[in-house]
Amino acid sequence: MFDIGLPHFLVVSAILFCLGILALTIRRNAILMLMGIELILNAANLNFVAFSRFQGFRLDGHVAALFVIVLAAAEAAVALAIVLHIFKTSNTVEADRINALKE
Amino acid sequence: MDYAILFYVFAALTVLSAFVVVFARSIIYAAFSLLFTFLGVAGLYVLLSADFLAVVQIMVYVGGILVLLVFGVMLTRNATNIEVDTGTLKTLPALIIVSVTLALFIQLFTRTDWSVVDGIPEIDGTTMEIGEMLVTTYIMPFEVIGILLLVAIMGAALIARRSEVEKHV
Repeated sequence: MFDIGLPHFLVVSAILFCLGILALTIRRNAILMLMGIELILNAANLNFVAFSRFQGFRLDGHVAALFVIVLAAAEAAVALAIVLHIFKTSNTVEADRINALKE
Repeated sequence: MDYAILFYVFAALTVLSAFVVVFARSIIYAAFSLLFTFLGVAGLYVLLSADFLAVVQIMVYVGGILVLLVFGVMLTRNATNIEVDTGTLKTLPALIIVSVTLALFIQLFTRTDWSVVDGIPEIDGTTMEIGEMLVTTYIMPFEVIGILLLVAIMGAALIARRSEVEKHV
C-alpha cells in the first residue's frame, strides 16, 4: 500500500484517460470537449514519464512527453480558432447543433 | 512513507479535479478545475523525478493552454449558453462503457508483471540531458515540430481572423 510503484501511476493515468473519454462523450460544448482531449493527452504523458522512470530512468520518454505537450499546444490553438469561427457564423458551440457546412 | 503520502495527495488532487471538469454544471468551473488537474499532474512529474517536464507542464499548460481555453470560454458566451446541459439520455450508456473500460485498464495495469528497473542514477537534474538529446538523437523530430508549431499558430491566427477580413472587403 505504501510502496508506490509503476502500477500506481498507471492507474492514475487510466482514470484520467477515462474521464477524458467521458468528457468527450457526454459534454456537448466544444470547449469542454477540448478540455477532455487535454485530459487524455495528460494521461498519455503521465504514462510516458512513469515508464521512463521505472525502466532505468532513460530520458527518451521525457522527450516524447515534451513533443506531446507541443502538439497539445498547437492543437488547442487551432481548435479554439475553429471553435471561435464556428461561434461567429452559427452563434453556438454546442457540438450537436452545428449541422451546417455553409451559411 | 512521505513519498506515499505526497503521491496520494497529488493523485487525489488530479483525479478529483478531473471529475469536476467532466461533471461541473458551469463551464467556467470546469476551466478552473482543469488548473488543479494540471498542477496535480505536474506534482506527479516531480514525484517521478522529471523536474524539467514538471516546469514545462506548469508553463505551457497552466500559462498557455488554460489561458487560451478560458479566453475561448469567455468569447463564446451568450445569453442562452451560460449553463451547459449534459443531457441525461447519453450519460448512462457512456458511464457504463467508460467504467467497464476503466475496470479493464486497472486490471491490466495492476496484474501485469512489468519489468521494473528501479533506481535513479546520480544526475544533477534532467534538463541538460534532455537538451542534449533534442539536438542529437531527436534533432529531426525537433525541427519538424518547430515548423509544425509555427504553421499551427499562423493557421490559428488566420482562421480566427478570417470573418473580420471578409467583413472589411
